[in-house]
Amino acid sequence: MNRTYELMFIVRPDMSEEDLDKLISTLEGQVTTTGGTVKSVERMGKRRLAYTVRRFADGMYILLTVEGSGALVHELERRLRVTEPVIKFLTVRVDHEQKRLDKIKQIREARRKAPPAPATPEAGSEPAPATA
Amino acid sequence: MAEETNTAVATANGGAEPSRSETPRAEGPRGVRGPRPGGPGGREGGRKYFRRKKVCKFCVEKIESINYKDVRLLAQFVAESGKIVPRRLTGVCTPHQRRLSTAIKQARNIALLPFAGRA
Repeated sequence: MNRTYELMFIVRPDMSEEDLDKLISTLEGQVTTTGGTVKSVERMGKRRLAYTVRRFADGMYILLTVEGSGALVHELERRLRVTEPVIKFLTVRVDHEQKRLDKIKQIREARRKAPPAPATPEAGSEPAPATA
Repeated sequence: MAEETNTAVATANGGAEPSRSETPRAEGPRGVRGPRPGGPGGREGGRKYFRRKKVCKFCVEKIESINYKDVRLLAQFVAESGKIVPRRLTGVCTPHQRRLSTAIKQARNIALLPFAGRA
């Protein structure tokens, strides 16, 4: 059962780029070995935290979108918890929401096409004899 | 009698809330009917100005995704104290308020929004 999750985590602001690269690559490696796929890695950069976390006022936000099972998320969360520079993380399942959004988009598309549709029978009835 | 209440309304509008008196809603029913043309919040006694009908921002602007990452959107529905603003003040419809509150809580968890107070 493959699901899509967003893992957002915050690392301490004084972490070096190389360490961050290393951390992200180990997480990616973990994902692929557990049978999941990494869809995207987004570094959202340094941001001011809304409240202090472990005495830090700033943090580097990283967003990881993965596809995989619940066991994979469980393992990733365990890793994040034991990784010292990670000060906070949040996992959100997004596939349900995405499915809902796609459905709404589809309905909207259908509706956008629908308004011309009632108009075309009237307009179509006139050219119809001409074409026939 | 209706005239009196209407003038009172007009002065209340002009004095207390000049911005709201600009709305067509406030001028339309003047003198035609009583002080309450079926408006949403027409309580007897107390405030007597016409209140604009509140509409759900998400329905009107067709914003479907209420995401915890969209801090700028969520911050509009969080009070200065950090509280989620209730529906009766913002006019957000029930399904959207439900999503909104979930998103705000997720954003709080990841330190994008404060639990209490402005950071």
